[in-house]
Amino acid sequence: MVASIQAVPPHEAALSVRGLTVSLPKGMERTNAVQDISFDLERGQILCVIGESGSGKSVTANAIMGLLSKVIRVASGAIHLDGTNIVGMPTEKLRDLRGRVVSMIFQDPLSALNPLMTVGAQITEVMAAHGVGTPESRRARAIELLAEVGLPDPELMYHQYPFRLSGGQRQRVMIAMALTLEPTILIADEPTTALDVTTQAQILKLIRDIQRRKGMSVMFITHDFGVVAEIADSVVVMEKGRLVEQGSAEQVLKSPRHPYTRRLIAAVPHLTGKDRPPLKTASEAPILKVEGLVKTYRSGSALFGSQRIVPAVREVSFDLAPGRTLGVVGESGSGKSSLGRLLIKLMDSDGGRIVFEGRDIAQLSEPKFRTLRPQIQMIFQDPFASLNPRSTIGQILTVGPVAHGMPYAKAREEARALLAHVGLDAGAFGRYPHEFSGGQRQRIGIARALMFKPKLLVADEAVSALDVSIQAQILKLLDQVQRETGVSMIFITHDLRVASQISDEIAVMQKGRIVEHGPPSQIFLNPQSAYTRELVAAIPGEQPGAARSVAANG
Amino acid sequence: MRAFLLSRLSQSLVLLVIVSIIGFTILNLIPGGPMAQYGLDPGMTADDLERLKEQLGLNRPIWAQYLDWAWRLVQGDWGHSFRDGAPVVSVIGRHVFATLLLMGSSTVIAIALGTWIGIRGATHRYSGFDYVATIGAMVALSIPTFWFGLVGIYVFSLQLGWLPAGNMYTIGDGSVLNYLHHLILPSIVLALVHVAIWSRYMRTATLDVISQEFVKTARAKGLSERRILMKHVVGNALLPMITLAGMQLPSLLTGALVTETVFTWPGMGRLFLDSLGYSDYPVVMGLLMFSAILVIAGNLIADIVIAIVDPRIRLA
Repeated sequence: MVASIQAVPPHEAALSVRGLTVSLPKGMERTNAVQDISFDLERGQILCVIGESGSGKSVTANAIMGLLSKVIRVASGAIHLDGTNIVGMPTEKLRDLRGRVVSMIFQDPLSALNPLMTVGAQITEVMAAHGVGTPESRRARAIELLAEVGLPDPELMYHQYPFRLSGGQRQRVMIAMALTLEPTILIADEPTTALDVTTQAQILKLIRDIQRRKGMSVMFITHDFGVVAEIADSVVVMEKGRLVEQGSAEQVLKSPRHPYTRRLIAAVPHLTGKDRPPLKTASEAPILKVEGLVKTYRSGSALFGSQRIVPAVREVSFDLAPGRTLGVVGESGSGKSSLGRLLIKLMDSDGGRIVFEGRDIAQLSEPKFRTLRPQIQMIFQDPFASLNPRSTIGQILTVGPVAHGMPYAKAREEARALLAHVGLDAGAFGRYPHEFSGGQRQRIGIARALMFKPKLLVADEAVSALDVSIQAQILKLLDQVQRETGVSMIFITHDLRVASQISDEIAVMQKGRIVEHGPPSQIFLNPQSAYTRELVAAIPGEQPGAARSVAANG
Repeated sequence: MRAFLLSRLSQSLVLLVIVSIIGFTILNLIPGGPMAQYGLDPGMTADDLERLKEQLGLNRPIWAQYLDWAWRLVQGDWGHSFRDGAPVVSVIGRHVFATLLLMGSSTVIAIALGTWIGIRGATHRYSGFDYVATIGAMVALSIPTFWFGLVGIYVFSLQLGWLPAGNMYTIGDGSVLNYLHHLILPSIVLALVHVAIWSRYMRTATLDVISQEFVKTARAKGLSERRILMKHVVGNALLPMITLAGMQLPSLLTGALVTETVFTWPGMGRLFLDSLGYSDYPVVMGLLMFSAILVIAGNLIADIVIAIVDPRIRLA
């Protein structure tokens, strides 16, 4: 390791990275995960590192924690944590720094806690590992921490197992754990990405409050410019392992210099209160009419009195006109995905009517519904899991129509035409899903759904797994498809900004009910229900109605 | 939890009835039957045979025989051996200790050794140890148990003379040490294949857990690798193994059958083979039911243990 003699910067930042290069094993798409990056995290500040997937932002965080996997290693450069260079430091000394000088919280609070240990045990463990305190004092400190991160009833929380807590509560536990030994630096790796928007707002506020109270230095990794606008003091923008721009939050957001930053900011879906110009269609009669739709999940056994009943969809009613898009928004557990599954009959409803082109399909048996299925198609969330890895794109596209009676030659022709239509070259026909990126796979998913010439498309979180720049392209493609084919769409998403981009009307769901239904202008500028107001207010980096804060000139 | 137990118990009962019907039917489909044995005796006349048949109730239709047998079983009467007229319960009772001793010690060896090999293989993935363990497991899985038994006897008993070649104890010497001396070879031979299976599953389970995010959290907290392994990895990796332990029981039982034969171990396996040879239906049926109960109980215990150690099930 070369850099141990390199000079520490005079003003001594909390964290200072100099010329850091992290190499990847041979045969990967590029030689270095991170290429010669330098930045400082000033004391008592929040530094946001932003980039899309594959930008190297998480690798940077792991390098700082000394948590890189064995095959990826720091090739050159220096990382000064509180003045100490950790590159090339012996494992045991590095271990001592972790949790004490630098702590980390992760993206998915569901998997970041050990399911078999109580919350209290996982917090006191940090102190035990660094030989701090006695069992009694550790316990007292843990309860104090649980109270500090705003968890209700800390004494009780101490004895809880993680599965009992909500996602937001688990992330609070993670934060409590990271704060245990009052580290100088907190690294947060997309800590709010897996959370609902209202929970995200709470956690962002918590991190900012704690950072101010304790004068901590925070390195916050995110892909979301909305989050950057909420909390960042300064920003580092990364692209494909290189640092392309850095500066104060104000400067990077308002006047980005690098074209990549500009592109990224422009791609951020931002809230629009403007309604879409309606598409002219032959008929205004609703293509889909949903009345009093009900779905209740039952688990356990009625016989032995252990049944659990969860109402997922309660008395949902709406109409959808041809060529229009209904955005269904809500937080996790709101019943929006259940609604989608009911509409395409992946699941039977318990009551109510789904009238599709004048015919109630809710009670149709599977064989009777089969002839209608081509007309109602779905685009799935995860473009990696929803394509069979053993089938070529051609097979994926043609198998459905052929099963419904289309001659293969015709199906092949249409598949090639559609691939071109969704922006892929015709050569894609004979290739396998793993040869495509996430955005390309989602295009394939859309082409697959369009093969049937459907009248109704149900898109369940169709862009949630994608980077913002790709997200923008897919939204544009869906819009274009709708204008050309006149297909009606139900667009289910947790992201209100995305919904505002593509929907003619928006239905806000909470606990299985539609609490508000109206055009984007109403939902975002003049929300009628308290819950909608809460949701809109929680969107990071947005002040609806007021002048646009993010990407105003992007 | 109680509802779960109740439903599992009622399922088990249905299972036992099905097992008994299938066992009884197959047994009666086998050509020969108990009468063939008596027929070989030159002193037996056709009349004698007929009378014996009536005494033993073998002249009635199979379903009537089954119902009769089942009804008595419910009342606690397992019947009497055709061979010596002794009650089936006491016949099985004489052999059950030997088998449980053999199975128990094999299980301990298999779990202890398999767990260790599995964890080490996972933490030192692709190391020399891992390769040797992988190849060793393949070898143990591909070679039949009786062959290991014979090789073991040849090497350790005949050539080296360290261990006895068979039996559970030396007649006239009933000391614990003597029992243990006899136990070493058969229990290791019976355990071999299970060490192989267990270590492979344990390796996979450990690798699964190691890649989980909470292990990374533990590292970020500054815990030592040793503590991460003991506190976070092993517990979570053993969870799926409990179910496996329950499911291994049947194969351990069948393995015991072979091992007992090779080592002239006076257990249930040998009793089963002997009784089958004599068409001693009551004993065979008794053994069948006993093994079925053992297997069902094993799985039930595994489920209960999981429910106890996993807070997600215990507190749900």
